[in-house]
Amino acid sequence: MMRINIPRSTKLAAGSFICATLAFLNQPTPMAKAAGDQIVIGLVTKTEVNPYFVKLRQAATAEAEKQGAKLIARFGKFDGDNEGQVAAVEDLISAGVKGILITPNNSTGMLGIIKKARDKGVLVIALDTATDPANAVDATLATDNFEAGVLQGQYARKALGDKQAKLAMLDGTPGGTVDTQRHDGFLKGFGIAEGDPAIVGKQNTHGAQDEGQTAMENLLTAHPDINVVYTINEPAAEGAYAAIKARGKLKDIVLTSIDGGRLGVQYVQQGKIAATVMQFPKIMASKGVDYVVEYVKSGQKPSGFINTGASLITDKPFSGLESKDTKWGLENCWGLNTLAAGKDRLLAVIGRP
Amino acid sequence: MSTSSLAASKRNAIGLGRLITMPTFGPLIVLIVFCAIFSLATKTFFATGNLSLVVQQSVIVGTLAIGQTMIILTAGIDLANGGIAVLGTILAGRLVAEQQNPVLSLLFALFICTSFGLTAGLLVSRLMLPPFIVTLGLLGIVTAITRLTAQGGAFPVTDDLLSWPGNAFAVGDTSITYGMIVMFILYVLVWYLLTQTAWGRHVYAIGNNREAARLVGIPVQARLLSVYTFAGLLYGIGAWLALGRIPNADPNALQNANLDSITAVVIGGTSLFGGRGSLWGTLIGTLIVSVLRNGLTLTGIDPLWQDLVTGILVISAVALDQISRRKQR
Amino acid sequence: MTMDVTTKVALPPKGTVVLEARGITKRYGQVTALDHAELELRAGEVLAVVGDNGAGKSTLIKVLCGAVVPDEGEVLLDGKPVHFRSPLDARKLGIETVYQDLAVAPALDIATNLFLGRELRRKGPLGGWFRLLDKNRMRREAQHEMDQLKFHLPAIDSAVEKLSGGQRQGVAVARAAIFARRLVIMDEPTAALGVRESGQVLNLIRTIRDRGLPVILISHDMPHVFEVADRIQIMRLGRRAAVTTPQKHTMSQVVAIMTGAARGDEPVEANGG
Repeated sequence: MMRINIPRSTKLAAGSFICATLAFLNQPTPMAKAAGDQIVIGLVTKTEVNPYFVKLRQAATAEAEKQGAKLIARFGKFDGDNEGQVAAVEDLISAGVKGILITPNNSTGMLGIIKKARDKGVLVIALDTATDPANAVDATLATDNFEAGVLQGQYARKALGDKQAKLAMLDGTPGGTVDTQRHDGFLKGFGIAEGDPAIVGKQNTHGAQDEGQTAMENLLTAHPDINVVYTINEPAAEGAYAAIKARGKLKDIVLTSIDGGRLGVQYVQQGKIAATVMQFPKIMASKGVDYVVEYVKSGQKPSGFINTGASLITDKPFSGLESKDTKWGLENCWGLNTLAAGKDRLLAVIGRP
Repeated sequence: MSTSSLAASKRNAIGLGRLITMPTFGPLIVLIVFCAIFSLATKTFFATGNLSLVVQQSVIVGTLAIGQTMIILTAGIDLANGGIAVLGTILAGRLVAEQQNPVLSLLFALFICTSFGLTAGLLVSRLMLPPFIVTLGLLGIVTAITRLTAQGGAFPVTDDLLSWPGNAFAVGDTSITYGMIVMFILYVLVWYLLTQTAWGRHVYAIGNNREAARLVGIPVQARLLSVYTFAGLLYGIGAWLALGRIPNADPNALQNANLDSITAVVIGGTSLFGGRGSLWGTLIGTLIVSVLRNGLTLTGIDPLWQDLVTGILVISAVALDQISRRKQR
Repeated sequence: MTMDVTTKVALPPKGTVVLEARGITKRYGQVTALDHAELELRAGEVLAVVGDNGAGKSTLIKVLCGAVVPDEGEVLLDGKPVHFRSPLDARKLGIETVYQDLAVAPALDIATNLFLGRELRRKGPLGGWFRLLDKNRMRREAQHEMDQLKFHLPAIDSAVEKLSGGQRQGVAVARAAIFARRLVIMDEPTAALGVRESGQVLNLIRTIRDRGLPVILISHDMPHVFEVADRIQIMRLGRRAAVTTPQKHTMSQVVAIMTGAARGDEPVEANGG
């Protein structure tokens, strides 16, 4: 007779593991609720770490609930996680969604899978970031980032006055679609072309505060005469602010940003950033959900580029340049105060009771 | 453990006992349990189309994880595999975009990826540098080269040869991509090398007890060099499979592939301390992660659970390995 | 080329000198580890090499197995001078060494460990082109050799880590015994073992000697030395202080020579030679 020894630890681990798996099933699975004719909508965002996408997701979830639809959210793990996003769309098609709202990681990475989804009759709407070509999706709901960049550039030009510009550009990720549009828009609004000698330095910050600070420190060391700064988003701007402050140059430099998160508006309110440009993910998400519901009900598809708008936020306005103050900004911004965001994230993870 | 009970099982080695002591047994059970749960929870999971999807989603990490398995078996680790593969996609894509011959472009990308494997191998075997540091440094280097080569942006790759692994044919109503087949062939090939040749035994022995391997006359340096170089070639093939899956060369892609491949290897039951484990376990580990991700989406459960469960599995796997090793001291 | 592991060179008659070291000197900076050391190993014997720490026994052994190249002196195998640059050179001439720290790969099975670095491949294209291992043959031959050595182990395909310390050392000793064609050198083979386990390894040493292979045994452990050694070489201050037998001297006399409390006979011989 042969004796089989299964180590106790194996049994324990296997046991706890099975418990963990069963825990999923004990959750009120949305699929069960979704039984019947409920419309299922998929949302694929770039990442889940950025409050912008958290807002997008919340707005979409809220709108779906209002419309009696079910939203399944997925996201990439980092900026550039095309593989994760493709897998997400594939899974959503398998799950039988009627429409997919997607913020593609880059404008060409998703083309194949988007086509596959549309061939199966799934309505695909790009949110926030357009695809290339733009007609790869049924419609695009986004900020015109180029136009938003133009607003930022125009403000920077006016704020600088007559001084000769020494411009530092804190870009995001090299090659990112949004990054390029904002960058180019800023230059247009500022009234110069790429390669203009007024641009004394460019650095990639990946939109992160620490990298923004390092980049600004290095740029200021190299060019102490910098007097105007473009930043890709407010975290990068916050980093730049710290570097500028450490150098004692707060008075000499116009710091501008773009994105419009709550923190960003607060920075403007506190005078850290001269101005920022706000975009409206909430509108993208809710409109996107509405379009899918409409499509299921009537077969009507939206098409083309639908601009969800952008607003300049500053407490130091200039005549001839339309802007809103930070009070309005705080009421209309995306992003959350930290505590609420934490609670919401927790709820998102453990599922709503 | 008494000699007599071991001796008793001597002639009974093949059978249930063998199965349970196989390093792939635990991971296999986990995979089966997950599949069973998701099959019960949704009607769509067990559809052949969906299962084919799960495998397609495993192809890139699954291939990179082959190289990772070989390296971890020698008690090393590779943090650069995803970075090397991305460089491969950018090089091949860029050359083709500049009207170069696709075959030569692909071969050049494979050659460069292999060279980076060779470089890692030389540093690890000749200079005796820790693999963690060597591959961390290489990751930085290849990432920089990738960004420089890409000149900033992602770009689509439309070439037929480069996107060939993404082409599919149907078997019944299941679609099989060539990428899946390439991956499977690589698994069989490396399994053969690891288990049926002296080279493979040397790889295990080096990871088990490097000094002993040297003393019994195994050419340790040459073996390590061959492992890292071959892994580099596999990463190059991984790059090709990645282009097949997403015909787009993106310098920002596959940033987590190093950790994902380590996860697959560890969940698959291979010891991070080297010398023990199985390549099939790695394939199962890769599939477990994909099945989780897919199944959770189909059931509509927040995909953050995937990270949580994967984390539990990784820690359990390493803990089991550590416990079983301690017992045998 | 595949080696037939069971083939042994025809062994010389008992008593002839197999391995000889003459005037071996090795200095490490200011320290002289070996100062014209001598050694003679005869066919069919177990020669124990004993000495206090720093007496030079380890360095002498390293010279004999090729791990250390001496500054002066020569090593003769069957009367012919040999020059070892690495342990591999010594091994090619049929000298196998068992190292103090268990030189086994614990996760691999017994048969694999026995053939590690000298795996057997299938005959024909399967082995030639496809490098396919002949696992059955290795298992069979490993089992055969273990039976010959009368060393009892669990299944030949169980992992070495499942064995006791003595059994593991047995695997290392058996590996040396299987592949050695001239002699086996053992460096403290019982150092890490308990009483019963040491007994197993000592038995193994006797078996190897009885099969005709001479053994050089380095050990701290006097009872073990007196149990298996035919002759005992006592090292002191980098030279051979005396050569005796367990019959001629008692343990305490040997220890006295080791520590310098008593005079060995060797310096006279050495000066004469």
